[in-house]
Amino acid sequence: MTVAVEPARVFGSGIRRREDPRLLTGTARYTDDIVLPGLAHAAILRSPHAHALIMRIDTSRARTAPGVLGVFTAADTDGILTPIPCCWLLPGSKLKTTPYHPLAKDAVQYVGDPVAVVVAESPYQAQDALELIDVEYEPLPAVVDPQKAAQQGAPALHAEAPDNVAFHWTVTGGDVDAAFKCADVIVRERIVQQRLIPNAMETRGAVAQFVPATGELTLWNTTQNPHIVRFVMSLVTGIPEDRLRVIAPEVGGGFGSKIAQIPGDFITVFCSMKLGRPVKWTETRTENYQSTTHGRDHVQEVELAATRDGRVTGLRCTVWAGMGGYLSTAAPGIPTILHGLMLSGPYTIPAVKEDVYGVYTNTTPVEAYRGAGRPEATFMLERMMDRLADEIGLDPVDVRRRNIIPPFQNGHDVITGLKYDSGNYEGALAKVLEHVSYDALRAEQKAARDKGRYIGIGVSLYVEICGLGPSQVAGAVGFQGGLWESAIVRFHPSGKVNVFIGASPHGQGEETTFAQIVADELGVAVTDVKVVHGDTDATPMGWGTYGSRTTAVGGAALAIATRKIKDKAKLLASHLLEAAVEDIDYSSGRFFVRGVPDRHKTIQDIALMANVAWNMPEGMEAGLEATSFYDPPNFTYPFGAHVAVVEVDPETGHVTLKRYVAVDDCGPQINPVIVEGQVHGGVVQGIGQALWEEAVYDDTGQLLTGSLADYAIPRADMLPDIEVLSTVTPSPHHPLGVKGIGEAGTIASTCTVYNAVIDALEPFKVQSVRMPLTPERVWRAIREGAERGAGAPPLDTLGAP
Amino acid sequence: MYAVDFDYYRAGSLADAQKLLGDHPGAKLLAGGHSLIPLMKLRLAAPPAVVDIGRVAELRGVTLSGAAVRIGALTTHTELAASADLGRAAPALAETAAQLGDPTVRNRGTIGGNIAHADPASDLPTVLVALDARINVVGPSGHRTIDAAKFFTGLMTTSLEENEIVTSIDVPVAQPGRGSAYVKFSHPASRYAVIGAAAAITLSGGTCSSVSVAIGGLVAHARRLPSVERALTDQAPSESVVAKAAAAVAADLGRDVSGDIFASAEYRTAVAPVYVKRALLAAAARASAR
Repeated sequence: MTVAVEPARVFGSGIRRREDPRLLTGTARYTDDIVLPGLAHAAILRSPHAHALIMRIDTSRARTAPGVLGVFTAADTDGILTPIPCCWLLPGSKLKTTPYHPLAKDAVQYVGDPVAVVVAESPYQAQDALELIDVEYEPLPAVVDPQKAAQQGAPALHAEAPDNVAFHWTVTGGDVDAAFKCADVIVRERIVQQRLIPNAMETRGAVAQFVPATGELTLWNTTQNPHIVRFVMSLVTGIPEDRLRVIAPEVGGGFGSKIAQIPGDFITVFCSMKLGRPVKWTETRTENYQSTTHGRDHVQEVELAATRDGRVTGLRCTVWAGMGGYLSTAAPGIPTILHGLMLSGPYTIPAVKEDVYGVYTNTTPVEAYRGAGRPEATFMLERMMDRLADEIGLDPVDVRRRNIIPPFQNGHDVITGLKYDSGNYEGALAKVLEHVSYDALRAEQKAARDKGRYIGIGVSLYVEICGLGPSQVAGAVGFQGGLWESAIVRFHPSGKVNVFIGASPHGQGEETTFAQIVADELGVAVTDVKVVHGDTDATPMGWGTYGSRTTAVGGAALAIATRKIKDKAKLLASHLLEAAVEDIDYSSGRFFVRGVPDRHKTIQDIALMANVAWNMPEGMEAGLEATSFYDPPNFTYPFGAHVAVVEVDPETGHVTLKRYVAVDDCGPQINPVIVEGQVHGGVVQGIGQALWEEAVYDDTGQLLTGSLADYAIPRADMLPDIEVLSTVTPSPHHPLGVKGIGEAGTIASTCTVYNAVIDALEPFKVQSVRMPLTPERVWRAIREGAERGAGAPPLDTLGAP
Repeated sequence: MYAVDFDYYRAGSLADAQKLLGDHPGAKLLAGGHSLIPLMKLRLAAPPAVVDIGRVAELRGVTLSGAAVRIGALTTHTELAASADLGRAAPALAETAAQLGDPTVRNRGTIGGNIAHADPASDLPTVLVALDARINVVGPSGHRTIDAAKFFTGLMTTSLEENEIVTSIDVPVAQPGRGSAYVKFSHPASRYAVIGAAAAITLSGGTCSSVSVAIGGLVAHARRLPSVERALTDQAPSESVVAKAAAAVAADLGRDVSGDIFASAEYRTAVAPVYVKRALLAAAARASAR
């Protein structure tokens, strides 16, 4: 006896990532692995000063050093390279851009600002020669804190912005001043979203091969967006876009740090143009820390108005967002469009207002870092929710429930002007609370406290904006590009499929998930689909992988392309089966005459016949291939609810994360194992901000956390098992209903852990501790609380002598 | 990450290494390379030559001989952690080696290289000082043995003379009634000790007949804490007695504590007694179990 088993659907199955064997066995090929005949090596001399005038550069000794092929400064690039453009020109914000030269011209604006480049036969010789370049600087006063930089009398970086304010952007909704006038309760907090270093495992780098005979450039570049690199590289170097090929080989992580167009890439291309030889530049980790873009860096002053029974009536804030020495590629959009518009989160808040000042400081330029603007918004809101709960004596969960937006399937208008696509915030909250047995957890916390143990529970909700986005909106908010994606699906005669996408995954796993989409839509084996990306000569245009948009936008383009293929295949099947097209049914890769399943053609049969084209219907073109350009009608809005449980050691201030539970809703999951992996990584990066990470500059602009020995990134043994759950609320406007999961974990986890730690310190009446929550900061907060008294446990009960 | 040019010599034997050091002024010894090579790659060190002793077999291995365990200078941290003899004779040392750095560091790094480098935040020096280890060295004027407590003399400095080579470390075998432990506050980035406390206690009749305790990480070099030792000797190691004794660490540290952007001197000084207390309690618990 045989039992017919419905084949398991490949969409939604947790198949293994096809990327992993090459990544795990060390055979993946990164930019630094590219070796070309005649390859020369570039090394960049960087400013040791945070702010200084360049008085004189003497390269004569370096030029005659062994192996040196060329030494160049801004004087050499003049007239050949234009300044690097900022690509997010925020309208209505008095945006002041300044010339951002690949090699600093008259002044340097941060430690690490490129001043000169040496090209030599070997990287050792290039490094040796760097030490022979004499630069005379006239140091100027520096400023590193964005709020201080915006104050009167602060050292000015650029003549174009004498007050250091690069832009002033506002968002308002409702009558916020009235809300504060009538408020029963107002809570205020000053929050520092400290500066972070993205720490992609692979540092940035480039290999440029300019061929003088043809005027063509091939650039291997570790980037999240090769087509944008091609576009901007063409603008800066004058090499026509059609002669410019950008290849993103294996890219070892980005987290936002490989979006920006940074000086090193242009310098490398310039050297190849100048010398007519291929040139490689690979950042050292020290260079990476000093010169590749950083993230966050907000000073936030937030106030929240509410009724006595916990209904939020207004949210008002001012944010000083550090931009660093220059405006990086997408920088102005991050603390504004991706931050301020998400101010009200998953709650109904009738009135909001935010002022954002983007401020130049003598630091490394700031860009997107996983979450990009949204973690900073979620943190403000979720922090204030806890403050309100504390103020009016309600449980943090109850305060949230009193303000939560009820479930909706198809659109919800938000006070900031956005329209959320779909959401069930209460559902996610209920699920996470049930999973952790919230009431029992609170009882355990109380019992532990009675024994002198300090357990804390943090609960956060979040909703994020991703799937960027409608191109019309991109244009309206000043983004100097489109935000659509494209896909080509091509059947070969043998029935195998290539997919060519404009997006550029770099570790997220879309080679696997996109094959799952194709297999699901077309009924081919997932192993018969190969996804090609990361080469502008091989793939159609795309705007890149960031903002959790690759599946949300590129995946939609792919789904639509497969459906076009199916439509054509059906027509061809009807022709070959000599049946009316209305009588052709489709199931799992087979087209058959309705009611006569034996009269069928498989998709592979059709692919062969379309490719040999022996018997095509009148007017049908040969081949089985489709292209789709997908411009989404709206953003997508994933959401979730997270819970963290921590324990604080009162003797030392150490925080131990005991439990972390994430409930995320990214719509239907193509591959739940990959979703889980994305949540793990995201959560961990957010925890890093709460507990360990900070790029610390001293007052003179020297980066004190200049290496992995000083800058603490999370490691597996510092973390509990992360419990990942989900709910499923499809996006109404996406062809597959999917939303995006790349950043979700990071957006929720920083505030969840932070709130848990503050909750643990409740007996000491601690309301705020600067992040990261190092043992010393927590220990001091405990001591200060104990010394203040007011019911706090006295010092001598804390165990420490 | 590109070192300045240097000459490389591989020593076939200890005698060969001594000769090479004599022949090449300014040469540095290379063992596991986990301290020297990073410094060279950052161009913070630029020796004209390195003498690689990594394959000198006579400097490797753990051997039990009577009252002491002899550890060859080239024994890696992984080998220390895996040594059954060491696990019985000086469990605190084996455990410390097992949690030092990460697997790569433990597979390559050596005990001799570690102590000769004398990083103030390293773990092994603190444990060796607490365990009354003795360091055997050879140099142009022959062999000598240095007490661990006298070996470490300052920030990344030791009492090694010019061209002296660490050959082995002798660690006394713990007798019944003796327990030892190392408790560490790890820097979250470097994993070096912000504070490391090592203790060894011998119990007889329920009181501490001998106490030795050392601290590292927060001072220029690992050092003993005589005030704490005195305060606990001949006492029963109850939690409150140990806590009181540990408080004496302030007297031993004085104003010598250094801080950084992660943990200030004030904070380190204030929480040092907690780590000393925890190390003493752990050592006492083990002593009573033996």
